[in-house]
Amino acid sequence: MNWIPNVHRRRKLYDDLSEEIRLHLEERAEQLMGEGMSPKEAEQGARRAFGNRTLLEEHSREVWQWPAMESIWADMRFALRQLRRSPGFAIAAVLTLALAIGANAVVFGIFNGMILRPLDVPQAESLYGTEYGNNPGWQSYPNYLDLRDRNRSFDGLAAFSFVFPGFDTGKDPSGSSGYTTSGNYFDVLRIQPYLGRFYHAADEHGPNSAPFVVLTHAFWHSRFQDDRGVVGRTVFLNKHPFTILGVAPPGFHGTVSFAFIDFFMPMVNEGQLYGGSELDKRGSNTAVFEIFGHLKPGVTLTQATADVNAVGAYLEKNYPQDFSHKSTPLSRQGLTAFGGAVTAFVAGLMLLAGLILLAACANLGSLFAARASDRSREVALRLALGSSRKRILRGLLTEALLISLAGGALGVLGSVALLRRLSTWQPIAAAPARLPVAPDAKIYLVALLLAVVSGLLFGIVPVRQVLRANPYEIVKAGSSARGGRRITVRDVLLVVQIAICAVLVTSSLVAVRGLARSLRGNFGFEPRNAMLLNADLAQGGYGGDQTSAMKRRIFDAMGTIPGVEHVGWVNDYPPLAYGSNFRSNVYKDETTDLRQANTAATPFRYNISPGYFEAAGTSLLTGRSFSWDDGKGAPAVAVVNREFAVKIFGSVPQAMGRDFKLQDGTRVEVVGVVEDGKYLSLNEDPQPAIFLPALQSPSGAFYMVVRSERDPEQLAAAMRSKMRELDAGLPVTVTSWKAVLSLVLFPSQMATVSLGVLGLMGAMLSITGIFGMAAYSVSKRLRELGIRIALGAPRKEVLQAALGRPLKLLAIGSAAGLILGLLATKVLAYIVYQATPRDPLVLAGVVLAMLLLGIVATWIPAQRALSVDPLILLREE
Amino acid sequence: MPVANEPMTETTSRDLFPGALEMMILESLRRQPAHGYALVQHIQQRSNNLLQVEEGSLYPALQRLLKAKLVKAEWGVSSTNRRVRTYQITASGLRRLEQQISSFERMFEGIALVLNPGKSTAN
Repeated sequence: MNWIPNVHRRRKLYDDLSEEIRLHLEERAEQLMGEGMSPKEAEQGARRAFGNRTLLEEHSREVWQWPAMESIWADMRFALRQLRRSPGFAIAAVLTLALAIGANAVVFGIFNGMILRPLDVPQAESLYGTEYGNNPGWQSYPNYLDLRDRNRSFDGLAAFSFVFPGFDTGKDPSGSSGYTTSGNYFDVLRIQPYLGRFYHAADEHGPNSAPFVVLTHAFWHSRFQDDRGVVGRTVFLNKHPFTILGVAPPGFHGTVSFAFIDFFMPMVNEGQLYGGSELDKRGSNTAVFEIFGHLKPGVTLTQATADVNAVGAYLEKNYPQDFSHKSTPLSRQGLTAFGGAVTAFVAGLMLLAGLILLAACANLGSLFAARASDRSREVALRLALGSSRKRILRGLLTEALLISLAGGALGVLGSVALLRRLSTWQPIAAAPARLPVAPDAKIYLVALLLAVVSGLLFGIVPVRQVLRANPYEIVKAGSSARGGRRITVRDVLLVVQIAICAVLVTSSLVAVRGLARSLRGNFGFEPRNAMLLNADLAQGGYGGDQTSAMKRRIFDAMGTIPGVEHVGWVNDYPPLAYGSNFRSNVYKDETTDLRQANTAATPFRYNISPGYFEAAGTSLLTGRSFSWDDGKGAPAVAVVNREFAVKIFGSVPQAMGRDFKLQDGTRVEVVGVVEDGKYLSLNEDPQPAIFLPALQSPSGAFYMVVRSERDPEQLAAAMRSKMRELDAGLPVTVTSWKAVLSLVLFPSQMATVSLGVLGLMGAMLSITGIFGMAAYSVSKRLRELGIRIALGAPRKEVLQAALGRPLKLLAIGSAAGLILGLLATKVLAYIVYQATPRDPLVLAGVVLAMLLLGIVATWIPAQRALSVDPLILLREE
Repeated sequence: MPVANEPMTETTSRDLFPGALEMMILESLRRQPAHGYALVQHIQQRSNNLLQVEEGSLYPALQRLLKAKLVKAEWGVSSTNRRVRTYQITASGLRRLEQQISSFERMFEGIALVLNPGKSTAN
């Protein structure tokens, strides 16, 4: 392609042509003069005979052009020139669109990363599994084996669970996160190692037979600095030796999309880490997190679900003690039980972001319409001079598209940067969870599409205006002739835009209020002034009775820190931590057939030390809490919450001294009742809970609650130094209780932040919208206003004349938006705890906000209207 | 004068069938090279002013011919001492003209037959 020389050659061709035509006209004029015409007449005559010179020249040039591209290029240059003449308008429009398209690109990036993008494994689309959560049975290893062998729908089923052992390479032991998996895990996923090899089902020969680990690529990179010599090396998990077999491929970080773990190890070796195994317990609900596999070709999801439920029914029949069948939904592997909530949330966000874009388009549409009517003289002149309407419309659309493409480019750059930040952000301090939202090529495509669609959308607003334009009338009358009192497209657009903005402002205020309320709500414990020390004694090699002794030593050591008021511990997890909780099946005392179907309740179960309630700030309603005498061998006792007392025994007083039964038949006596609290999530209904003496069920993992008014940093430092004195090799984390709550607060915080941002954007859009409208109407009627002022109209009337219409539109739009917003927030209530639209503060807030927006947006135009100097204005014409 | 309310249409005022103008230009240039203005004069005179071609419409046609290399153009000075751009027919221009004339004649014969079915095509 010799494109560059071509351009040069063409330049000459065009010049020749112009020159030639000029000479032609000259020759004709001379001839006419020879026939006796005056020079002026002759020149006009020559032109008339020639025809439309511009058009003919254009047609002549088109002969040489690569037709479509070049005329588009010409249109573009023309549009650029037009835009350069009003840079304020161009910049405002580009920024508006950049924000709107950027918001949509971010939301799409989240949607794409969290929902659309499957796990990075072959044929991920046919990978389905059980959801962690309320599915009794599928959390037990024996039941997994039965499901694996009895189903007929899957090409192999794998299981995995989480494990958090101390990871020791010989120096600096630290906490780590990993999966325990079935031996066939990698084979079911059909992936190949990046380095070394994976373990397989054939490597397992019963408990503790396969002391292997496979590292994730990221962990290999960060912990081993990409050392290819790691294969075959021995590392210590909770002080037990394991051999590194290989490294997983880079994109693969496990089968939960938002968990970024360090390594994989065979499930059969989990017992090694904790000195005891759940693998042989059919009633266990902690051994397995999820079970998944590829559907066999031709098997539908419905068939597979029915198959799994049939196996469940079979197991319930054969193991009634340990299995109570509940219908099991299967879902795409990756998002576990959060899939529904995430999808709903992201769908909501997409809707709101779409509204933002629509509002932006309405905004720009009315700006373009105003511009077109300002330029109606120019358009009329061009039409009169023989330009085709098609050409003019193409010019206008080119302008719109240029703006929208520039805005889209800016927006997508911003959103890609934001998504990159988001994808490396670790929202929950101690958990290996991240948002899998790293941007990919799709986002650019979506942004481009949005830019083109919105460009066309607001570009066509002035089309009707141009098509109807009658050059004769406009040139005769001037542009100010138009503008009656009719309702125009622009008015409608402004109302729509303000309504959308009001919806966004309403929902963001509702979300903020809901979040504020849920932060002040009663959790059944007091997270303020409480520090949590988390450790797993198994990571330090403690086992059996050693654990209780060690925890007692830590308990005593914490109590000696000056300023500490109360200390107590809870085994495993405190309430509201990471969504992790244990529940127990509870039977009434008179129940003798302890099958799962006969449970009276399934309360949350916490094993707590003496002093825990005081340290946690949970108030005891009646009876006693535990003492150090409630140890091994002492009678089984429990403290229950109010909900449990009412549910099982009828009332709080009736519960005292009564017994209930646990799954293993143990009779437990109620010795105290505490207030209700929140255990799993902030928006749960009151749930039953029981508290058992920690001394009666030793466990390595615990949270020590330390209550003190001291400065948190100093307190944490003191706690860490005490721990170093006790055992410097034991990994511990010290955090405030509030920080641990971050997970349960995460959804509503996310919702509030994103709604807040969208609300802010909506507000900005409506400011520019109202401002544009007001400024335009003032500038259009400047002469009329000047005359009014000259005739002595009071300021109020001038303002009313100038701004009455925009303000009326603002009122209508706000009212409509408020109503819509209140309806929309019913949806919000699912995400944001206690988000209720029937809140006088929210209503007042929205009205106030819209009023403020109106004042801000009309301030400058109002000033301009008032400062009109009638003399100058009237002199101008 | 156009009526005020009538929308303007894109007029190219091409009463001729497509290619006719090009054919006439080539035919004129076969007789002798000429510049644009002279070509217009020639065509109008030869047609006894029956063909009222807009003078300017000659130029797009000339550009098409130039592009197809059927004519070539050169700046020079005319007999009346004007700076002019003179067009000359090329060899391929001549060939094309022959083709067009013969196909035009065949078409004309066809039209004549349809319009006057009784008469034969005797000259």
